[in-house]
Amino acid sequence: MKVFKLIFKNALRHKLRTALTIMGIAIAVMAFVLLRTVVTAWYVGVEASAANRLITRQAVSFIFPLPYAYRDQIAKLPGVENITFANWFGGTYIDKNQFFARMAVDPETMFDIYPEFVVDPAELGAFKRERNACIVGSGLAQQYGFKIGDVINLDGDIYPGKWAFVVRGIYKPRDKTTDASQMLFHWQYVDERMRRDDAARAGQVGWYIVRISDPAQSASIAEQIDALFKNSRAETKTETERAFQQGFIAAAGTIIGSMNFMSFVIIGIIMLVVGNTMIMSARERTSEYAVLKTLGFSAFHLVGLIFGESLLLSCLGGGIGLAMSAPFVAGFEAVIPRGWFPVFIIEPITIILAVSSALLVGVLASVFPIQRALRTTIVDGLRHIG
Amino acid sequence: MKIPLNYIFRNLVTRRLTTGITVLGIALVVFVFSAVLMMAYGVQKTLIATGAEDNVLVARKASNGEISSIVDRETAAVIFTLPHIAKSPEGTAIASGEPVVVINLNKVDGGVSNVTVRGVSTQAFTLRPQVKLKAGRMFNWGSRELVAGAAVERRFTGAKIGDVVKFAGDNWVVVGIVDAGGSGFDSEMWGDSNQLLDAFNRNAYSTLTMKLDRPEAFQDFVAAFNREPRLQQFEPKTERRFFEEQSELMAMFIRILGIFITVIFSAGATIGAMITMYAAVANRTVEVGTLRALGFRRRSVLAAFLTESLLLSLIGGLVGLLFASSLQFVTVSTLNFGSFAELEFSFALSPTIAMSSLLFALLMGLLGGFLPSVRAARLNIVNALRSA
Repeated sequence: MKVFKLIFKNALRHKLRTALTIMGIAIAVMAFVLLRTVVTAWYVGVEASAANRLITRQAVSFIFPLPYAYRDQIAKLPGVENITFANWFGGTYIDKNQFFARMAVDPETMFDIYPEFVVDPAELGAFKRERNACIVGSGLAQQYGFKIGDVINLDGDIYPGKWAFVVRGIYKPRDKTTDASQMLFHWQYVDERMRRDDAARAGQVGWYIVRISDPAQSASIAEQIDALFKNSRAETKTETERAFQQGFIAAAGTIIGSMNFMSFVIIGIIMLVVGNTMIMSARERTSEYAVLKTLGFSAFHLVGLIFGESLLLSCLGGGIGLAMSAPFVAGFEAVIPRGWFPVFIIEPITIILAVSSALLVGVLASVFPIQRALRTTIVDGLRHIG
Repeated sequence: MKIPLNYIFRNLVTRRLTTGITVLGIALVVFVFSAVLMMAYGVQKTLIATGAEDNVLVARKASNGEISSIVDRETAAVIFTLPHIAKSPEGTAIASGEPVVVINLNKVDGGVSNVTVRGVSTQAFTLRPQVKLKAGRMFNWGSRELVAGAAVERRFTGAKIGDVVKFAGDNWVVVGIVDAGGSGFDSEMWGDSNQLLDAFNRNAYSTLTMKLDRPEAFQDFVAAFNREPRLQQFEPKTERRFFEEQSELMAMFIRILGIFITVIFSAGATIGAMITMYAAVANRTVEVGTLRALGFRRRSVLAAFLTESLLLSLIGGLVGLLFASSLQFVTVSTLNFGSFAELEFSFALSPTIAMSSLLFALLMGLLGGFLPSVRAARLNIVNALRSA
């Protein structure tokens, strides 16, 4: 018990230094949490993906369309429960800085296959009935103040011209990782207009989403789908939703990699700050340690003293840093342009990592001073000045 | 005013470990600070080098990039007859109508990414003289052949001379490698515009690029463009401006994140410097007393400790910058959000980045060292000498 008291007394000896050290650790922990949150925000799509969904897209690239006729052929395969499809609409809302997903979808099947988009049945009915209706995510509705009955005007690029959609429903995300910032409208409405303006581009689908009854069969069903269209003008590539999402992330691998790297540099910096404090404290107390040794305290006690103080500092700093992380991450989210990250939340794993790295720092930072305190003989220690 | 500089240097050497750790801490912060700025600048520099000042690029107004832009042939014909477009000796306009698509290729280090395939017209190489053949031969007009940019050849499998790339229901043979001088075109594959349109069964270009007869004519060109009612949905920009805008999203993302990180980092490092300097003062109370007894004034002591702190941060800054400048030899490749395709670029150091990194380091030293130095200067001689 005496040892604990001594640890506290030691920590409080240089109040300013202790406060600064704790602040330093807290700041570093905040930086760490922020970086990890940015990294995990990329992976939200992967986490949100369902095991029983396959994505079929054009083999050459995601930007090329598939014929609408594929729909029935895929639906007939054994093991396929349901199929829906979507087109990336693109376009511009207000100006080019407003990013959110705008997609033309099949109103009948879309929300069956994506149960995580929760829509009120009455709203869904209204959406299905009206050709130029759209459904927006609750996040998007909140951001732009969309209400049911509002008209959203889009300026088309892939689908040229002016487009107007009436909000008939607002979907809510079922899970934390569900993207609540999409705008969905009738594929048929877009297709009709293409039929009139540019007939060669009518009847095209961006990608198919296939729900299968048994996730264990996903590889073989994917193969069967691709085999159907082998050697056609539009060959397909079918993969699980998870693999599809991972493909997007792999493309941005360099950025994610460097952020990962930086988060470890941060740990290094915390270690330097705490380590330096511990080294300085231990150096100042060299003669005290010698006195303790003379009084008969064992090496075990000395280790406990230094180690305990280091751990105390890093835990306090880590705790304060974690507590301040939430408002800090929220502040970052407010600064970045809207829609870069549809879902931006601190994941539990981030908190676990932050806590364990704070503990690790506490342990490692005490190694040097412990080694020095043990090595110094009593005589040298007593003779030591400042 | 005399400053005991010798004392400062000797002290840094005597307390090596603490000096080293402080310097390392500041070096790490400066390294991250400059690396982030260099990365953002690298993306920008590559894309700025892609566009020429006297080329005009026309895209659809609402489009977010080349692949989502559509310019049909009738519109292209109208645009090509506008005034101020340079003519070749044979009298044809120096202009290129270009379908731009992205295709998936396997990366050498695993994974799949998007590569831009650009169809070009015969004048494209007059338009962009920086694109030169490096190996193999140029594709033949009228056949399904491609040339690959140097970065594509390096980063992707199946983009060497003789390899066959399969898309649009056809086989395309890579017949040559072009070097575009580190610009974004190094990350593209080029083929015959008409062949690509034909293969994709498309009747519209993505964008048009044309050379002006003189660079100053851009305003006149825009004026003529805007007078034409059929062109309301389209927008001309200088090619440089267009590609620079493609870098904005990426550069902004890197910068916002980088600035956030460095602000926190610098707060951490300043605190680190402050701890070190406070400890330095506390440990050396007797020494400060001695200095004062020897006749050094309070302000000399203040200056001495401040110098020590600035020196520490300057060394740290230089070390960090040295590490960061070695990054210039590193080229990285990533998906550019702006163009939705893989782009290779290298970290680029500019004098501004170097200066601001060093200033940043000195600022940390100044902030971290000021309060402790004041404390040292305010010590009372007798009490300081007595404390041990």
